[in-house]
Amino acid sequence: MKNPIEALNKIFDSRIRLGVMSVLVVNDSVSFNELKQLLELTDGNLASHLNTLEQAQYLKVQKSFIGKKTNTTYMLTELGRHAFKTHLDALEKMIKGI
Amino acid sequence: MNKQEEQLNALNDIRNIMDRSSRFISLSGLSGVFAGFTALLGAYLAHIEIADYVNGKYTYGQSDLNLEFSLIKIGLAVLIVALVGGLLLTLRQTKKKNLPFWDRTTKNLLINLAIPLISGGLFIIALLLVHPRSYGLIAPSCLVFYGLALINASKYTYSDIRFLGFCEVVLGLIAMFNIGYGLYFWATGFGFLHIFYGTIMYFKYERAK
Repeated sequence: MKNPIEALNKIFDSRIRLGVMSVLVVNDSVSFNELKQLLELTDGNLASHLNTLEQAQYLKVQKSFIGKKTNTTYMLTELGRHAFKTHLDALEKMIKGI
Repeated sequence: MNKQEEQLNALNDIRNIMDRSSRFISLSGLSGVFAGFTALLGAYLAHIEIADYVNGKYTYGQSDLNLEFSLIKIGLAVLIVALVGGLLLTLRQTKKKNLPFWDRTTKNLLINLAIPLISGGLFIIALLLVHPRSYGLIAPSCLVFYGLALINASKYTYSDIRFLGFCEVVLGLIAMFNIGYGLYFWATGFGFLHIFYGTIMYFKYERAK
């Protein structure tokens, strides 16, 4: 029998990264501040996790300005959407299997 | 076993965050009940006004226009009282749930509610201004457009609202075929249906927790 944990994605081991993906999968684009507020995190903590996700090419980053303040918004890439779905399917299978 | 529980928790978190980030979940059921009672009171006042008109209590020189004006006044009063009441009850709910009141979910909900609602409003204003003999159509079109607005907005709040929307549309369409009973349909759609749905929502989402 196949190992059920095999299909789980290492990148989503962190609760925070899982949270970011959950928000982005149901919203077209979300700003840094909205993510921070939703997940109740500090700037630095969230930024480092977003970096990891960006490096995995799971999300697209768009920087713009509102007045003089930077406004950074995040969007899911197709790759990210697919990876998240695979991860959730694996989770579901694992829970049902045990 | 422990691993399983951990993953279950993770799944729970995911669902929770998805809901919180995409749906306005502070809508208070009580605000629906309140709006329903306000609508019933308004319908009753309108009924008296129309009865006075039919019984000739309007003095000579007062025309259909006076009736229309007093009905519009009642309608606006109902709208304002229901909106303010609903807003206060919903604000209380956001405080209880410790969620922000004005965020993207609120914006999404309002924009999507407003699109059919404003179209409907303009449609009805046109009926009043340009088609003076068509006031029989006002109550049915209120119901239809309101129902469509609810269906449109239901993606951004509790999905139960969708069924309320369907009921309003169906009621409005039935009213279209029964012109002359507009007030009764109006009272049913805005009064009883709101009270009914508000009560269900209250027990489903607010009482349970």
